[in-house]
Amino acid sequence: MQRIKRYFWGAAAAVAAAAGFTDPTWAADSIKIGEINSYTGLPAFTIPYRNGWELAVEEVNAKGGLLGGRQIEVISRDDGGKPGDAVRIANELVTSEGVDVLAGTFFSHVGLAVSDFAAHNQVLFVAAEPLTDAITWEEGNRYTFRLRPSTYMQAAMLVEEAAKLPAKRWATVAPNYEYGQSAVAIFKELLQAKRPDVEFVGEQWPALGKIDAGSTVQALAASQPDAIFNVTFGADLSSFVREGSLRGLFEDRAVVSLLTGEPEYLDPLKGEAPEGWIVTGYPWDQIDTPEHNAFIDAYQERFDDYPRLGSVVGYTTFKAIAAAIEKAGSTDTEALVDAMEGLTVSSPFGEIEFRTIDHQATMGAYVGKIALEDGRGVMTDWRYADGADYLPPDAVVAERRPE
Amino acid sequence: MAFYVAQFLSGLSQAASLFLVAAGLSIIFGVTRIVNFAHGSFYMLGAYLAYMMADMWSGAVGFWGAILLSALTVGLLGVAMEVLLLRRLYRSPELFQLLATFGVVLVVQDVALAIWGPEDLLGPRAPGLDGVVRIFGLPFPQYELFLIVLGPAVLGLLWLTFHRTRWGTLVRAATQDREMTAALGVNQTWLFTSVLFLGSALAGLGGALQIPREAVNLQMDINIVVEAFVVVVVGGMGSVTGAFLAALLIGQLQAFGILIFPGITLVLVFLVMAVVLVVRPYGLLGRAPATARGESHALEPPLYPAGRGLQFAGLALIVALIALPAVLGDYALVVLTEVLILALFAASLHFIMGPGGMISFGHAAYFGLGAYGAALLVEHFDAGMVTGLVVAPLAAGVGALLFGWFCVRLSGVYLAMLTLAFAQIVWSVAFQWYSVTGGDNGILGVWPAAWASPKWVFYYLTLVLCTGGVLLLRRIIFAPFGYALRAGRDSPLRSDAIGLDVTRYQWLAFTLAGTFAGLAGGLYAYAKGSVFPTLLDIPISVDGLVMVLLGGVQTLSGPIVGAAVFHGLETEMVRYTDYWRLLLGLTIILLVLVFPQGIVGALQSRLGARFSPRLREQVAR
Repeated sequence: MQRIKRYFWGAAAAVAAAAGFTDPTWAADSIKIGEINSYTGLPAFTIPYRNGWELAVEEVNAKGGLLGGRQIEVISRDDGGKPGDAVRIANELVTSEGVDVLAGTFFSHVGLAVSDFAAHNQVLFVAAEPLTDAITWEEGNRYTFRLRPSTYMQAAMLVEEAAKLPAKRWATVAPNYEYGQSAVAIFKELLQAKRPDVEFVGEQWPALGKIDAGSTVQALAASQPDAIFNVTFGADLSSFVREGSLRGLFEDRAVVSLLTGEPEYLDPLKGEAPEGWIVTGYPWDQIDTPEHNAFIDAYQERFDDYPRLGSVVGYTTFKAIAAAIEKAGSTDTEALVDAMEGLTVSSPFGEIEFRTIDHQATMGAYVGKIALEDGRGVMTDWRYADGADYLPPDAVVAERRPE
Repeated sequence: MAFYVAQFLSGLSQAASLFLVAAGLSIIFGVTRIVNFAHGSFYMLGAYLAYMMADMWSGAVGFWGAILLSALTVGLLGVAMEVLLLRRLYRSPELFQLLATFGVVLVVQDVALAIWGPEDLLGPRAPGLDGVVRIFGLPFPQYELFLIVLGPAVLGLLWLTFHRTRWGTLVRAATQDREMTAALGVNQTWLFTSVLFLGSALAGLGGALQIPREAVNLQMDINIVVEAFVVVVVGGMGSVTGAFLAALLIGQLQAFGILIFPGITLVLVFLVMAVVLVVRPYGLLGRAPATARGESHALEPPLYPAGRGLQFAGLALIVALIALPAVLGDYALVVLTEVLILALFAASLHFIMGPGGMISFGHAAYFGLGAYGAALLVEHFDAGMVTGLVVAPLAAGVGALLFGWFCVRLSGVYLAMLTLAFAQIVWSVAFQWYSVTGGDNGILGVWPAAWASPKWVFYYLTLVLCTGGVLLLRRIIFAPFGYALRAGRDSPLRSDAIGLDVTRYQWLAFTLAGTFAGLAGGLYAYAKGSVFPTLLDIPISVDGLVMVLLGGVQTLSGPIVGAAVFHGLETEMVRYTDYWRLLLGLTIILLVLVFPQGIVGALQSRLGARFSPRLREQVAR
């Protein structure tokens, strides 16, 4: 048995080495950051994200590292999309690898599991991508910060546009899990506050990844809405768009859609991108600011590919961590948390701040319309919606976030 | 009116695409009795191959040629899987091939990612069928109409094949009675290979036909395979017409169900399956299997109490486990704690699968109920850890008592699928009942009491409870209850004749297994600090099956070894490579080929004599 086992481990190690595993050989006094994300669960989003943080780390290290010459060393792991595995990995990174900071995660439940681990073990955790409001509000804690604009913020950005539309009868379609449900709830609440004359006449909740697009489109059409709020994304979105265009669901109807302008979700639609949809997203090829130009040049030179939104998120997350370490002047957790509160960072989207009140970053998103250009979807008439403008008043936040 | 017609047609087209996949699965299972997890992977490969070929060649000929060619290619891949892998495992314990196909699933996931990249791929629309027709004024896609016609056409072709060709007759004969077919001199090897070809080609065709409807993506395999199984089981295993009816039923219920309960999509297929199986234990058109002759799979060797050698080995293991915290770091203890918890989980699953003879595809339900039992007490009643750990097995036990009553009335794969249905229903309750369970955001803050917080203390606590649980299960197996249970498994008729109430023994065993799984779940909740619906979900059930089968379902220590090997491999491989699924899949395939009885099963038949004098006698005989 022992012999056989050893044989397997040997074989496993050999294949692992062939598959590109490299042993990082850094100086002993490097600053270690533990990174966890769903690389196998959601590669379309997480691989550009990894490129982003690799670029950030290389830039910091090339400039001589942090705290007077200490290099950043990232230990990155795949959580396979399972919260239990993410907690075990967090354990490993903290107790066995001795990392100073945890970062990453995509899925909301994985992010929440790691944030609870961080609070319990008093480690700084910078959540990169999970969208759930709970991570900074209901389940918020001292040790967790979040970069991406939350579900609330992105829905609020779209409500602003939706309220300008003449539409009074609205229908919603969203994947049947927390993200979809809270997006719809927030959208309804905020829109009705701005437009009391609006009514919601239909809703559809396809299971994530299993949309029966034909029936869903037909059912939405039957409720005869003036406008539709869409939260589906990924493969569900392409089926929905294709079936909806075929069956004329989008004719003479406004559609307001979360995340659809992000290259991760827009690009796979190619020539079938739904023209006229009002979306949040990232028009990477049109932003002309010094910060973004510097980022995109560096990114394209390094990876020979264009950045996705995930790339910006990964890049900014690690720039923020680096800034916090410099500001704190040490890697002591309590000092780092104090430094993160109110920290301002220069991101490709401009300056952002990690709010003291709820640890949410004020990173925003671009709101615009989808148009077709050379057989692919692009965003037009877009503007940058600064995240700071789409958060509720402090009193509301204080009520939702435990002390 | 027009709307209902359109909705009905949408339901029909959904049913047609479901049927194509399910038909292949049903044929494969009917003849070979293989629970083929890789069927979804073949479906996904069909879609990717069709996308790739349709992208290379344009026009109508290119598109339809791509569909057909990808179906044929996938069929050949199915043949390759049969010849290289499954053929070597036909003498293994029942269900063992499932483990091999699970390895194939993992390999295909990473291979598809490596070849086609992470992004969703939206294929072309079907040339000639890319418009709509107006039905009572409502636009309806031509391609969906094509699918509606194609479904019954394929059913008709299959029916003709099975009833008008010699090959079809042989397939039906083998579906009904494999041994008799073999006894009549039919070449089974050839029959199995050709059936794998047809079944896989149908899966590939089903996937290929999806490219005008949805973007090809890496989750297609997981998303379809469970639903395909449901259709097959609801229809009756091995009955293609039944699969067609089941697909129709599910397609229509889905199309009209979302009008009344839009949230129902999550659980609808499992509700249908639970109802159908409770009312009709062999599905809509399935038949009770031919009278069991006992040789349908090799009779299990009897179990013996541990001999002196094994007792010493077990004692040495426990002593080693007690001594380990002195030398191991915190992280190693965390992993070891997980291994202990999973070992108890696997042992509880083995208890019903091995001695009980009841396969469960839904054991996660009891693991998760235990975890939720503990977590809900913490969340809503501020309960301490000890209370939580007492309630965890009780909560799971009550769940198992309730669901078990329905499940033990069934047998074989039907029983397994009913356990899956109940597990998915529990999952959807945990997933949707926000006010109580927190939905998919779960319950946080389920940490051990202060005294048990150090990693080594929690490790010892787990060690005591899990070792105790495993030993207790072992004790029960060698108690009169355990003998009665095994008697019921080996010969229900004789057991009945000597006055054993087989169903009642099975029900009790099911409840006991659920209780121990619940204890494991409770420990897991405190080890992780948070509880999510994923603990009730299919991957946990599959992990349990993999551990039991990998270790050896016909042995008592198999599940423990299986848990250690599987969890150890997974946690280690994730650390070293992005392609850990490929590596894990290949390792499982290799292990399956080297140890066709499971690891412990194979070792026992080679070295077993040294451990058990009675086994030695038997071997000598």
